[in-house]
Amino acid sequence: MSQLELKRNKVLEARFVADEDVLKHISDNGGVKVRKDRAQLALNVKRFVKKLENISDDDEAQEIMEEQNYVAVFGACAEDSLRNGPSAGGGKIYSFQTPKRSGKMAELASELAQTPGKNVTFDSSQYPEKPASTPQSSKKYSASNKAQLKNEFVSTTPYRLRKRLTAPSLRSDSESDYSASCSEEEEEDKDHKETSDVILDQKTPSKTRAAPASKKTPAKKLKEEMTSNLVEEYFEAHSSSKVLTSDRTLQKLQKRKLDQQTLLVLLNKAPPAFTAELKELNQQHESLFSKWMLQLNLGFSIVLYGLGSKRDLLEKFRTSLLRDSVHLVVNGFFPSITVRSILNSITEEVLDHVGTFRSPLDQLDLIMKRFKEDCSLELYLLIHNLDSKMLRGDKSQQILAQLASLPNIHLIASIDHINAPLMWDQAKQSLYNWLWYETTTFSPYLEETSYENSLLVQQSGSLALSSLTHVLHSLTPNARGIFRLLAQYHLENKDNPSYPGLSFQDFYQRCREAFLVNSDLTLRAQLTEFRDHKLIRTKRGTDGVEYLLIPVDNGTLTDFLEKEDEDM
Amino acid sequence: MSTSSVSKGCFVFKPSSKKRRISSPTADYFSEGKNDSEDSGLRFATCQLLWKQINSETEKIQEELNKQLFDNLISFLRQSHSEFQTKKTEWMCRMKSSEIPTAALVLGVNVTDHDVTFKSLSEVLQDNITPYVVSLQAKECPGIKHLLQKLMEQLMDCCVDVDSSEEEECVNISQKKIRCSMASLSKWYKSVTKKTGSENPSKKRTSSSRHWQSPPIVVIFKDMESFTTKVLQDFIVISSQHIHEFPLVFIFGIATSPMIIHRLLPHSVSSLLCIELFQSLSCKEHLATVIDKLLLTTQFPFKLSEKVLQVLINIFLYHDFSVQNFIKGFQLSIVEHFYSQPLSVLCCQLLEAKKRVNSLSHNQCENIRSLPSFRRYVEGQVSEKQIALLTEDSFLKEVTQTLLEDLHIYHENYFTVLRCLHVFTTSLPKYPLGKQIRELHCACLGKRVWETEEYGSAVQLLRMLAKDELVALLQKCAEIFISSSGKQFSNTVEKLEEFLARFQNLEAETNEVQDVSVSSQKELQKKTDLYHLQKTLLELKESKRSKKLTKFEMLRFEVVDFIDSLVRSYLAPAEMQTLNEVVYFNTANTLREHLNAAPRIALHTALNNPYCYLKNQTLKSDVGCISNTAPDICIVYKLHLECGRLINLVDWLEAFSTVVTAVEGTDPDSVATDQVDEIIHARFIRAVSELELLGFIKPSKQKTDHVARLTWGGC
Repeated sequence: MSQLELKRNKVLEARFVADEDVLKHISDNGGVKVRKDRAQLALNVKRFVKKLENISDDDEAQEIMEEQNYVAVFGACAEDSLRNGPSAGGGKIYSFQTPKRSGKMAELASELAQTPGKNVTFDSSQYPEKPASTPQSSKKYSASNKAQLKNEFVSTTPYRLRKRLTAPSLRSDSESDYSASCSEEEEEDKDHKETSDVILDQKTPSKTRAAPASKKTPAKKLKEEMTSNLVEEYFEAHSSSKVLTSDRTLQKLQKRKLDQQTLLVLLNKAPPAFTAELKELNQQHESLFSKWMLQLNLGFSIVLYGLGSKRDLLEKFRTSLLRDSVHLVVNGFFPSITVRSILNSITEEVLDHVGTFRSPLDQLDLIMKRFKEDCSLELYLLIHNLDSKMLRGDKSQQILAQLASLPNIHLIASIDHINAPLMWDQAKQSLYNWLWYETTTFSPYLEETSYENSLLVQQSGSLALSSLTHVLHSLTPNARGIFRLLAQYHLENKDNPSYPGLSFQDFYQRCREAFLVNSDLTLRAQLTEFRDHKLIRTKRGTDGVEYLLIPVDNGTLTDFLEKEDEDM
Repeated sequence: MSTSSVSKGCFVFKPSSKKRRISSPTADYFSEGKNDSEDSGLRFATCQLLWKQINSETEKIQEELNKQLFDNLISFLRQSHSEFQTKKTEWMCRMKSSEIPTAALVLGVNVTDHDVTFKSLSEVLQDNITPYVVSLQAKECPGIKHLLQKLMEQLMDCCVDVDSSEEEECVNISQKKIRCSMASLSKWYKSVTKKTGSENPSKKRTSSSRHWQSPPIVVIFKDMESFTTKVLQDFIVISSQHIHEFPLVFIFGIATSPMIIHRLLPHSVSSLLCIELFQSLSCKEHLATVIDKLLLTTQFPFKLSEKVLQVLINIFLYHDFSVQNFIKGFQLSIVEHFYSQPLSVLCCQLLEAKKRVNSLSHNQCENIRSLPSFRRYVEGQVSEKQIALLTEDSFLKEVTQTLLEDLHIYHENYFTVLRCLHVFTTSLPKYPLGKQIRELHCACLGKRVWETEEYGSAVQLLRMLAKDELVALLQKCAEIFISSSGKQFSNTVEKLEEFLARFQNLEAETNEVQDVSVSSQKELQKKTDLYHLQKTLLELKESKRSKKLTKFEMLRFEVVDFIDSLVRSYLAPAEMQTLNEVVYFNTANTLREHLNAAPRIALHTALNNPYCYLKNQTLKSDVGCISNTAPDICIVYKLHLECGRLINLVDWLEAFSTVVTAVEGTDPDSVATDQVDEIIHARFIRAVSELELLGFIKPSKQKTDHVARLTWGGC
């Protein structure tokens, strides 16, 4: 038995090495390598199974066999489908990566810009030259200023190659850079890797020492170690508050924030790209319409996923096939949509029910009862963005799932968020009874993002410079002075993170000194005016004192003061 | 009417009533949008009929499997409150301890299957024990108030069910919205039992004699784990106070392990329960039965190909253990098959199919001719027949009829021999061909099983079976063959019986052999010298090798060869059969895409390699890099991958504009360093907000004009 144990250990070890490889490669960014390794793993598993045939532990063998089957079937399927075949490995999304240098984005941009329409292809003959130029190019890289980079294309070496060369010095980054290479040059890659490994050996003896030592320890223990290392790495990376990014802000770009209207106008000016291809894609999806209807009628629900807005597609589906049936369209991306409003529109407009409900559950009960009683009642439910912020809650999803489970409510929905499928547990999924359809349309999410508090779009709700000046111009000079006083004080304290605001008493004192008010009553009246226009906010401190704050970001405030100075 | 508005998110569309469709139009969609809509009406009808049959069959299976469990539960319920029926005083004193009888029903992790089980359980209980069955779900009971309310509601409804004459009264009660409390519940119970007990005893005897005079109230907690502990504890404590007023029984549906009861309830509460454990059938056995009854039978003409079955089984084993989902997948494959294969019109019972062949249109005949398996068949024929097959529709129809019959016979034989082979392979150590019959089925469906390595090792192991094992297996096989309907197996049965008889005759001879071996062993024991021992052992080995096979061994070889010949002649893969496309659904890919989709991968592929979707040559690129003419969002995504946890929007915008201006051919120097084109700015804004919608980034307050990356890899 001990022999057997030993044997199994050995076997397990062999498999483990493959695992380690996989882990290593998971943390890379290349799809090619990962897939290759997976194949290797499958191979190893096969070997493992063969070896195990000597051991009478059949359950384990069985398991492995099944695993192998799983890999085989799903792998084969993935290759079958042309779409998911290439670069299907989500290495990029799921990987842990080593710290990036701040200039990388600009680097990539310059690379992309340099080779318009074509991609960088490497010549294998370039390789021998590489080591010679290493110090030079890497130095240039590190010295290169981001701001200059944009215009400076001195180096003819493709960026990725440069990256490759700097890799050994970066130690941990070396692997990842390799796998980013093209598949044709794998052979060269191997050689290259070997040499770099040698370098690694010299540079980081601790790391290499760890590897052979690990082979002696039991496989299981090691695995744990590996995972815990990964976990530690993750938290380490996320705990450091220091972020190496440049300090530039949009303000310095002298760029006015665009509002939604101008944004739309500008976007309309932009030339549309790939119209023919997009049309073809859409036609493909549209050919599925009658199949969707069939499956909806057979009790399935349909969920659409994939990049690009699916709103137009669903609209087309609606207008072409649902014209003669009762249907409800829900814009999930609408910022104040709630399940309640969906239920309300069903009860009030579809069922013509008058009356209110104590809770959504009661309302749901009534709907379910009515639909169960009356078989002729049919409702098609179209939900754009089922995964929107307002609908993704557990309770909302539960209610929607229960609606979908009714045989005469047919649900067709779209999802966009990468983590959208995590909303549903097994129970909800079976209530929904989903059929998944991939509808990648590449069309812009115009409607969906128009409501969103987008980062760069000027929001009508929030205070902006123009509204600030507008309001202030309608006030008396004294009132303007009061606001200026507060704003100046605010800016003086902008670097103080614990700045609570200006207390009312202090403020009164200052205003008196500037001859702006003569009693605290007038000041209070003035502050009420400001508060009504949302120019200030009041907050009670722990000691009960009233503090005044300006809820405008410092940049806007500075601009405002500058402008005021000009006016004066 | 447009569906975009800044004030509303829901839009209801109601067509005018006369325009509304009256009849079910499902069949229309079946034929719409297809090029070859041959016989679509018939196909749809066949599809629906088949699905109905299969659905009822699965329900039947479920019922049978649950019978044992339900019987146990019923006897438990009967027992638990028998005292309440007979001697009231005794009941009282037992219930002084206020223990509530509780059945803990361990159902397994396949939560999705539980609903069906509970539904049939409450039906069974209502038929046999008590009209008062209440089933509660955690999501309906966020608080104790809701729980009691639900309880009362359902009980009032039960009351309506039991005696229709009291209907109005009960409705009145529920409409009055009585305060939901245990006190009112016990009052209600008393009134109900008294009414039925005293007022019309004669009527009661006849109408609901299956129930007792004071039937217990059964409360089913469907998903015990998801209940809030507080609600559960409160309810148990409250009801234990009232247990002496009316008989109450709990049933806990448990998905994990019975330990969860003690984890959810403190000792003080769980001591109020008198728990008995019930275990339901495991989902694996359930699946095995379903496969056995639905797939490994000639009852249903529709069949799944190896890959499809593999996908369904994998989803079951690796994702949810849900038989319901397996059946759903099965349903989807039926629909897909009938929808996509015009010849599926022939996928029905043999007699019906033969009739349908006669009425096939010319187009359908052409469809038959273009089937790969049929072409293979034609190639194997003599030239005159080939011409006839390809030109004369009537001759083709005749041949098709015989081919369909062949296919039917093939299936009959296949399943019988498969079961027989399964009997043999399950007895082998390590199960080279799988423990379950479904694995064996998959192996046989996909390829010639006798050419596989596993089959070779299985046969080798069979050649080493002991006599009594072999005899037992042969007997089982003979039973299988006898029970099968096929007449062509009469020879086989005869042969098997002959084998069995010969094994019996062998008995005497084997005794002799035994003697020999015993004597040789005695010799072995005598010699203790190492050298001699080695020598004798070697001799023994020599003699064994050279020794002629015993009669038993010869016979064993014969038996195994016979089984092997059966396998070779009957277990040919389905793909080799002519016209298999008619009954086999084999596009596993569609099934996988629709049931087990990978939305993240799709998104990732679209962003990384837009060429997969947009077949434009300028987008063609190698793995890992991206063309700079790609859609904006792809470029922005690609650029953001190069960043760490936080991304500076200014840098990002600049990088983006560098890429985009380069494409447009303008010299990058001509663009002022900090003045980016407005249109590009707008495009950037759009792409960034799209990425935000997709969940790749979110605004960050850590630093001005920075966004945070949300995907891993941004350390």
